[in-house]
Amino acid sequence: MVERRPWLTAFSHLSVLVCIALLALPIYITFVASTTTMDEIIHPPLPLIPGDRLIENYLEALTRGVTQASSTPVALMMWNSLVMAVVIAVGKIAISLLSAYAIVYFRFPFRMLCFWTIFVTLMLPVEVRILPTYKVVADLGLLNSYAGLTVPLIASATATFLFRQFFLTVPDELIEAARIDGAGPWKFFKDILLPLSLTNIAALFVILFIYGWNQYLWPLLVTTEAEMTTVVIGINQMIAPGEDQTNWPVVMATTMLAMLPPVFVVVVMQRLFIKGLIETEK
Amino acid sequence: MEKRVTFNQRALPYLLVLPQLAITAVFFLWPASQALYQSLLIQNPFGLSVKFVWFENFQELFADGLYLEAFKTTAVFSAAVAALSMGLALFLAVMVDRIVRGGATYKVLLVWPYAVAPAIAGVLWLFMFNPSIGLIAFYLKQVGYHWNHVLNGTEAMLLVIVAAAWKQISYSFIFFLAGLQAIPRSLIEAAAIDGAGPARRFWTIVFPLLSPTAFFLLVVNVVYAFFDTFGIIHAVTKGGPGKATEILVYKVYKDGFVGLDLGSSAAQSVVLMAIVMSLTVVQFRFIERRVHY
Repeated sequence: MVERRPWLTAFSHLSVLVCIALLALPIYITFVASTTTMDEIIHPPLPLIPGDRLIENYLEALTRGVTQASSTPVALMMWNSLVMAVVIAVGKIAISLLSAYAIVYFRFPFRMLCFWTIFVTLMLPVEVRILPTYKVVADLGLLNSYAGLTVPLIASATATFLFRQFFLTVPDELIEAARIDGAGPWKFFKDILLPLSLTNIAALFVILFIYGWNQYLWPLLVTTEAEMTTVVIGINQMIAPGEDQTNWPVVMATTMLAMLPPVFVVVVMQRLFIKGLIETEK
Repeated sequence: MEKRVTFNQRALPYLLVLPQLAITAVFFLWPASQALYQSLLIQNPFGLSVKFVWFENFQELFADGLYLEAFKTTAVFSAAVAALSMGLALFLAVMVDRIVRGGATYKVLLVWPYAVAPAIAGVLWLFMFNPSIGLIAFYLKQVGYHWNHVLNGTEAMLLVIVAAAWKQISYSFIFFLAGLQAIPRSLIEAAAIDGAGPARRFWTIVFPLLSPTAFFLLVVNVVYAFFDTFGIIHAVTKGGPGKATEILVYKVYKDGFVGLDLGSSAAQSVVLMAIVMSLTVVQFRFIERRVHY
């Protein structure tokens, strides 16, 4: 700080606190709703302190789901989400590492063509090519499978660029030394480049895990069977169109559960998360 | 920038890029070319006859009042989301930047909404504003305002804007804070010695230096509002009431998967691709400039 201005500092603290409270308000209300009974919810206003049905509601959601709409237990949905998020994150990192390695450390015909082909994917988010991509996945017989859910989302220009940028900063002396010592390309990659990239990989994993967990449009199209639903899609299906039949306490418990893993990852791995966020946008 | 030292191998590099290129070809290039091709065809609803019609789908699209309406809705939606989330994020970043003690804690408490899925953000706000049981809708009724976004298009729009902006504040906040912390302290100290107060320092020094960050965030926020908010719209309003919140991406989905009008949906996809491409180009040109600067 440049100078002492106690009033301004007090104002800063106050306004930040107010904003934090406003940001957290929807979550708090959801949490309260997830611990009450249906009866308390349909007679507003909602109480401002959590009720006593915390364990019952969450257990009901996890093991049985919302009984009348779809009977898929939320535990299964969360497992699907977890598989999807982890496969997407690991898959993206793996293929990006390999192709970035090829593009930076080798000279071969059509190298730039490969680079630009990967670059183009940056401009084609799923949302703009949903129908034809859906058709490809359907023709390959991948609907309602983990492969159909994840593989089309795995190609990523962002991750390839990140690793390319990083590899370019790795000193040339390292590869010279490795070659003099007789290390081949695979050994160099495994024993030198990979350990050096660990922080970048971890940061990217955090971002991609959240990306995968939060996917909406793609799982909505590809999964039609109840056993394959991801939790983010599942919530939406639980909210009955008539609204009267919606079992709000359990739906809200499911909402809390669906938010928990990505929020946990962000809070615990804050440093990596911010690093990943800023680096992927370079 | 190139490496001076490389490995000499013939087959290996191709093997290394193969997985990525294969996925790109099968799930990106082929579908995109199909979208381009489909957009030039008209199919009857049973898929029995296909006619090549050149740009008729596009002509129809831009003559269609509903499509232009969706364009307008998208423009209003993304402008509001960008303005709301960036405005608040900038304010918060400036405040947190001032705070010495407790700044780190505040940061944690401000970044987590990024991790919430757009669709879930929608559900959270939907629940609070639910006309019959929502807490905020209830208190609005107490003061005499009958909130019902199921019937009122403007209210539905407000609801999706707030939900979309709420989720995006943390993203802009992180970048604004990083931008603020990159501003040299000496500039601010010099201005303070010359007698400029906090407000004046902000508008004449900090804000101009932040403008590259702000421009970058504007592009990112517009892309977010265009494409990533599908989940919010689908979970909260389904484009309704009427077509009050039907943004372009939602329309592609609805015309293609619900209306089964493949030609029109493909033409809309092509228009969207053109938009993403121009936004990406804008972003890249700008980043190049920032690097030189």
